[in-house]
Amino acid sequence: MTTKFRVLDGAHDTPADLAQHEAHFGPIRGLHLEPAELKASGLTGRGGAGVATALKVDFLRQQKRAVGYVVVNAMEGEPAAHKDRTLISKNPHLILDGAMVLANMLGADDVVVCVAREHTSAVATMKAAIAERGRRRLQGPAFELMTPPGRYVAGEESALVHWLDDGEALPQYRSTRPSVLRIGRRGVLVDNAETHANVALIARHGSDWFRSVGTSRQPGTLITTVSGHGRTTVVEVPYGTPIRDVLHAASVPFDPVAVLLGGYGGTWLAGHHLDRGCDNESLQGVGANIGAGVIVAVAPQGCGVAETARIVEYMARESARQCGPCAFGLPALAADLELLRRGHDGASALARLEERCGTIEGRGACRHPDGVIRLIRSALRTFADDVVRHAGGQPCPHAATSAVVRIPHRSHPETLEWA
Amino acid sequence: MKRKTLSYLLRVDPVRCDGFGHCAELAPELITLDEWGYPILSGETFARSHVELVQSARLAVRGCPRAALSLQSLSSSESN
Repeated sequence: MTTKFRVLDGAHDTPADLAQHEAHFGPIRGLHLEPAELKASGLTGRGGAGVATALKVDFLRQQKRAVGYVVVNAMEGEPAAHKDRTLISKNPHLILDGAMVLANMLGADDVVVCVAREHTSAVATMKAAIAERGRRRLQGPAFELMTPPGRYVAGEESALVHWLDDGEALPQYRSTRPSVLRIGRRGVLVDNAETHANVALIARHGSDWFRSVGTSRQPGTLITTVSGHGRTTVVEVPYGTPIRDVLHAASVPFDPVAVLLGGYGGTWLAGHHLDRGCDNESLQGVGANIGAGVIVAVAPQGCGVAETARIVEYMARESARQCGPCAFGLPALAADLELLRRGHDGASALARLEERCGTIEGRGACRHPDGVIRLIRSALRTFADDVVRHAGGQPCPHAATSAVVRIPHRSHPETLEWA
Repeated sequence: MKRKTLSYLLRVDPVRCDGFGHCAELAPELITLDEWGYPILSGETFARSHVELVQSARLAVRGCPRAALSLQSLSSSESN
């Protein structure tokens, strides 16, 4: 058994109401966490970047101006992820507890919960949970639900805060990092919904308990979203659980040739590396990263080149088109990959692809183009033998039909909404 | 505390930049253009004593119609 329920714990088929929540996890009144205890827990962000939560909190506490808002990022713009929605559908109050604890720690008056408006069921659940807390007249910060448009880049923290501040979900250029994001003149702490839920558990059980599972660098559990086997399975596992065991827990019935890890801006991992643990330290040696816990398994009859081409075409469409290298570069990369997939003039497409990856990298305001480049480079590495055949004009037999990774349907780029 | 500027770094705000390309003509030592006409900055810091480079960088900053370029000064404590 590799699963370990913590934030997804509880025996409900429907979202836990406040009474069920407190009966299972313990009372809300008196919940409190010292910054030192948060630091001792070693909690890292669950949104993908994996930054230590205490580091972000400390950085904000060092600023002259106080923090005004704590933001719960439950946007889940990653098409292959379903963990934030699953968490909301089970324990919405655990997320809100964590946000309350962090708001109290930073002296913030407001908690803003962001759920993409397209995720209607999660929106309704959160709305009900916040209303329920309002009726209880709990002390602490005020809660507000906001529903930005569910674009891929809309969940990027600067885009999210900019939407809250100014109405457009567009990533912002930050000349120095880390930088303080602001709504009006007040500083903002943004953390992923799962991170908040873990804060709520650390406040209740302490850092030693929290560290009792997971790895030393990434303690605790991670909610993974496993797909590629005709279903989407959400499993909570300790960090460091071998990826093979995660696939087994999710009942993936085949031995994958490769898995996509982290998300659509993530990395491919070859089938012979599946004994690696699902934590960033174990994956570092193979240039991979667990990101937001996305795992897409590709069956032996799939084509990695075709899958990468499909993802990059989607990611190009999802560019905010603010920065030239992203707006023009990603469609160019997608076109090269499409040629490579079909094996039409694949050798020159491959050469262009490699060169363009080098020129585009690091030149966007956000990391959207960098994620795409990371994915392409890992594809060229992981599917090296296939790539050679594609470049030589002999694509995989399934290159035309391979469709493992789910690509959301979107309207025409010009009609996409940002507000 | 008095901070002494020892070196400079040229930066571009990619959101502001619209690919006019003037910068690459004004500071060819520091900027080339990609295939779509957007600037690729060398990313190297240069010493204040390197007068010609500083001059070119300043021309590029002033010549950008979108005010997308900036010259960041690095003090000794920041530049390592």
